[in-house]
Amino acid sequence: MELLIFFIFGGVAVLAAFLMIISWNPVAAVLNMILVMFCLAGLFVLLNAHFIAAIQILVYAGAIMVLFMFIIMLLNLRGNEPIWKSRDKNVLLSFLGFLLAVGAFIKLFSTLKASGLNQGTQIGEDFGTTALVGKILFTDYLLPFEIASILLLVAIIGAVMLAKTKID
Amino acid sequence: MEMIQTPEINLSAICHILTLCVTGLLILVLDLFINDQKLLPFKIDKKLLPYVALGGVILAGISSMNDFGPAVYAFNNTIAADNFAAFFNVIFCIGTALTIMISINYMEQEDLNHSEYYALLLFATAGMMLMALAASLITVFLGLELMSISLYILAGFNRAKVESTESALKYFLLGAFATGFLLYGMALIYGATGSTNLKEIAAAIKGDTLNSATLLYLGTGLMVIGLGFKVASVPFHMWTPDVYEGAPTAITAFMSVGPKAAGFAAFFRVFLVGLGGITDHWVSLIWVIAALTMTVGNLTALAQTNIKRMLAYSSISHAGYVLVALVAANEIGSTAVLYYMLAYAFMNIGAFTVVIVLGKKGEENLNLEDYSGLASRHPLLGFTMAVFMFSLAGIPPLAGFFGKFYIFSAAIKAGYVGLAVIGLLNSVVAVFYYLRITVLIYIKDPVREFPPLSISPFTLAALVIAVIGTIQLGIFPSWILEIAQSSSLF
Repeated sequence: MELLIFFIFGGVAVLAAFLMIISWNPVAAVLNMILVMFCLAGLFVLLNAHFIAAIQILVYAGAIMVLFMFIIMLLNLRGNEPIWKSRDKNVLLSFLGFLLAVGAFIKLFSTLKASGLNQGTQIGEDFGTTALVGKILFTDYLLPFEIASILLLVAIIGAVMLAKTKID
Repeated sequence: MEMIQTPEINLSAICHILTLCVTGLLILVLDLFINDQKLLPFKIDKKLLPYVALGGVILAGISSMNDFGPAVYAFNNTIAADNFAAFFNVIFCIGTALTIMISINYMEQEDLNHSEYYALLLFATAGMMLMALAASLITVFLGLELMSISLYILAGFNRAKVESTESALKYFLLGAFATGFLLYGMALIYGATGSTNLKEIAAAIKGDTLNSATLLYLGTGLMVIGLGFKVASVPFHMWTPDVYEGAPTAITAFMSVGPKAAGFAAFFRVFLVGLGGITDHWVSLIWVIAALTMTVGNLTALAQTNIKRMLAYSSISHAGYVLVALVAANEIGSTAVLYYMLAYAFMNIGAFTVVIVLGKKGEENLNLEDYSGLASRHPLLGFTMAVFMFSLAGIPPLAGFFGKFYIFSAAIKAGYVGLAVIGLLNSVVAVFYYLRITVLIYIKDPVREFPPLSISPFTLAALVIAVIGTIQLGIFPSWILEIAQSSSLF
């Protein structure tokens, strides 16, 4: 059952990633990327890493993808624009991308070969769960955690100060 | 359900940070009641808020002074409240207190008297203190961000002025980029050593239990970039003149002292405590940066006609001198930096105070020519400016001279004679542009009318404190040096 769920999430992730690369419409590409992020979050859940799964959705699917959307809308990119199509013939970019992909695969296979498929490093049962992360935040990293709240307050003050139309 | 074991919480170790944060929050809350006086049992005026802030900073300063003594490690070793941190914390409090004192009149004159200004100053100071206290990379990072984000906002505080907004945007974009470098470096160091705690990093380097030495060196390099940006060292200095010129002058004074000192506190702490085991690998890099920073800063300052830009380049060159002490990496160097940053706080804020006093709304008089003949109209003000310029140039018996003297002797003692010679040559170049202002003040005839001065009592007090500090530290340096010596990292 777990394997089946893994294949569903993994398959959809690969498919969505592929669609993201080939789609001409930037908005469709971004939506596909969100789908990839969701599937990855699902994979994290399968690994018992609930906290990382939640953060994956909040940060990537939430915050970062919204930024992407903003940029696309601000630049008003459309699928049929010539500048968008110019990437078609960009040999350098294609070559670099190819190189990166080949390098990543070589590293992946060499690591797998060296360690064997079934001998992963053992990590704790509760690694990545919300409970464990919360526990660490409130014990070992208590002070940094509290400072982060002041940091967010300052950021809010800044947003209000700099964006408000009239300050009294 | 398993109960969480709460760690030992030692609030007295962060008493000063708490004071600053609570005062900042208090100011924000009090501000809400200004328009609605019925809700409060007592009357409150907007003019009172700066004094609340000043009170908070003085309290924090007193509590920092109480920190001198045996080192206290708190919050699971994320905080190291030792003498080194206490000395820096006192410098931050002096810098912030002087800034608030010169801001009271200046911000009213520029129609910028919002309570958020003072709250942000306090939060920025809390961030700087955290950087000085940090014993873990995480604390360094959070302190740095708390300080930087407050500064981005403060730099853009004068929204009506395009230059101010421009400076905030430039500072923010470049600063965020530098933060990225810093964080990447920290992540690599964590990956290489398996810890964010500076002492454990040092132990991992010493015990040779590194996961990967390459990652450690890469991380060190990236951290040099990130911290080098924050202290405005060449070649990461491009933002400095624009930001210093565009920001409100009181904030420029603040930025040139506190955050720079905080950057150095983190620099020294991380590189001498955490990465002290691989000194051979980073020292030549810092050597080059120090030499470049001094030379480029001083040579560019020669060509400036705007006093704020000139002081910006001068502050870059001073960052170079302090980096010389980091290269020396010995006890004298660490002592010299503490002394130098204290002296620098007095003389630089003093110089900016004179700039503020001579400006009016809409007519800031920032050209060097505007200072011609100042002494013939306002002899005392001319004299104070001359004192600050002489001290910045490093002319005895003022504070700046002894600071440079100790830094260069630290370099010579550590065997870096070449770097000390470059520093000395640079000091000679620097004398030229500092003296040029003094010559304008005393010898040239005025090119403009000097209106009668209207100095508010607090600005006057700040000026007097700065002059006394500059002269006192220069003539009687021994007692402060003794304290600095007991506070050095070695």
